[in-house]
Amino acid sequence: MISSETTPRSLLARLEGPQTMGRGPVFWTAAAIAIAVAAAYPLMADAWTVGNAAYFLIWTFMAMGLGVVWGYAGALSFGQTAFFGLAGYAYGVITLNLGAAYGLTLVALILAVAIGGLFALVIGYFMFYGRIQGVFVGIVTLSVTLVLETFMAQTAGPQWRIGEARLNGFNGMSGMPPLTLPWFGDDIALYPGPSLYYLLLGLVVICYLGLRIMLNSSFGNVLVAIRENPHRVGMLGYDVRLYQTLAFAIGGAFAALSGALYTAWGQYITPSSMGLTSAALPIIWVAVGGRRDITATLIGTIVVLAGFQSLTIYGSQYALVVMGALLLVTVLAAPQGLVVGAMTFLGRIFRKDKS
Amino acid sequence: MDLLQNVFAMLYQFGDTFAFLVISCAGLAVIFGMMGVINLAHGEFIMCGAYVTASAARAGLPLPVAILTGALVAGAVGMLVERVVIRHLYHRPLDSIIATWGISLIATQGVLIVLGSTMQGVGTPLGSIEVGGRSYSLYRLVLMVCALGLLGGLYLLFYHSRFGVIARATIQKPHMAHALGVNTRRMYGLTFGLGAALAGLAGGLYAPTMTMVPTMGATFIVESFVTVVVGGADIFVGAAPAAAILALIKAGLTAWYGQLFGQIGLLVTVILVIRILPGGLSGWLKGTTR
Repeated sequence: MISSETTPRSLLARLEGPQTMGRGPVFWTAAAIAIAVAAAYPLMADAWTVGNAAYFLIWTFMAMGLGVVWGYAGALSFGQTAFFGLAGYAYGVITLNLGAAYGLTLVALILAVAIGGLFALVIGYFMFYGRIQGVFVGIVTLSVTLVLETFMAQTAGPQWRIGEARLNGFNGMSGMPPLTLPWFGDDIALYPGPSLYYLLLGLVVICYLGLRIMLNSSFGNVLVAIRENPHRVGMLGYDVRLYQTLAFAIGGAFAALSGALYTAWGQYITPSSMGLTSAALPIIWVAVGGRRDITATLIGTIVVLAGFQSLTIYGSQYALVVMGALLLVTVLAAPQGLVVGAMTFLGRIFRKDKS
Repeated sequence: MDLLQNVFAMLYQFGDTFAFLVISCAGLAVIFGMMGVINLAHGEFIMCGAYVTASAARAGLPLPVAILTGALVAGAVGMLVERVVIRHLYHRPLDSIIATWGISLIATQGVLIVLGSTMQGVGTPLGSIEVGGRSYSLYRLVLMVCALGLLGGLYLLFYHSRFGVIARATIQKPHMAHALGVNTRRMYGLTFGLGAALAGLAGGLYAPTMTMVPTMGATFIVESFVTVVVGGADIFVGAAPAAAILALIKAGLTAWYGQLFGQIGLLVTVILVIRILPGGLSGWLKGTTR
């Protein structure tokens, strides 16, 4: 029986539930160890490697958002990069106009996420209230991101400016301030390095736990029910379109968070971040990891990103071929995702021990 | 005279866009309409056709033969892909999109590695004609005729040939067709091959007008997807009128406001159309005549 009141206790109880894998002391001990190792990581590595690890963490938000939209709500979006890029540009435009003092970069971050989420809400409204289903969601979202890319790529020239910020066409914007925390006397600028890493790690943990609670709440259960059988959910009196639109907006906001953080991390954003190749990457992370479980999505994304980068070091041209092949093999051989397969396997071993 | 000139310019612009939309979306529409599979490697089949055409033309074959070679090679590659990958995914349409995307990544990057970042193309043949002081490419006029010919040919193929009857039977009631002795697997294979060959044909036809780069498929992909989305599942009552309407919108906006607004106009149209007509034009037209 799910209680309808929301006390902190009932929220915490939803960290475990039917929609997320992993429960009990074994799982949470493993999770705590993983977080502890991640927290201790900057002590063992140099600043550049830590900044690089922060780069991986940035993408996990977009992946988790796609996990909600695709894995849980069953709407395959190819266009998460549209919200990513829009928020990246928004962060750039806002910070270039307002500057980095007084913690305004954090305001810019929040505004950028809001803009991305709102755009996703509008697109989602037109799609889901138009009863778009299945493959068409993928095509429409893909078209949106590709058109945005084309649009941003032609904004070269001085007439394309928003306040102080020039959009710079194909070369993209650069020179935005990094995230800056207001501090007594002296602001702390978060350049790629340990401090940014800790901020991102904290955000990832909060978002991950928050999503677990959301997915095990009645909202998440309805999403999964819609994925399995939208007609039955409609018959039971739920507004399927509303739930899908909200899930899409949440996914878009997560992609936007990634985009704004990415701009803050590298201090640049280009139109190609919304292109066909960029749009394919989140799909690969989520599909390979396992889309129907948020933990698998998170682990899979980090593993695939790390693998992708080490491949790029040894031969950048071959990395994309390997990614494409990985995607094909996953779809054909392990449609649930490789991490989900591994986790089910581990779960079976532990259950055997108990019996 | 001035008016006539402008009218001709508009018609030319419209016809050019219409031809581009029809030719580039035909392969996608056939595969989607017949099999329900969205082929994200569509652009790569186009690229394949274009590359083969350019190579064959430079090897000395006359251009029309080279274009046919390109279409045939793309079709053969398509049938191979269907046999190896798509065949296993018919009951999982979303996964088949993902798989074709994987193929697309491999193909784009593979071509980049093997053949380099550009390839020598073939020049646009036939020169130009002059109408009222402005010159127009004759080859593009030929493309417009090709687009109409393509629609006519597909109509004959699907509605006046044995293949067409069997193919339509296979789409409508696969089990019944199977029970009546149709080899449905082979039909799916052939249909996918036909779609790929049409994509290759698009690549071949547009090869003389474009720069040959491994990512050239991406220039076709938005327009062809948009046309299929607006048109719905049927190529004749859906994709063809959709192409005409979209061409009108795009040509008009491009003429008055520039290239960019043409493209944005397309996107807005799509979003509005799916909100008003979820089944696309073909769904709407079929619904009203029923």
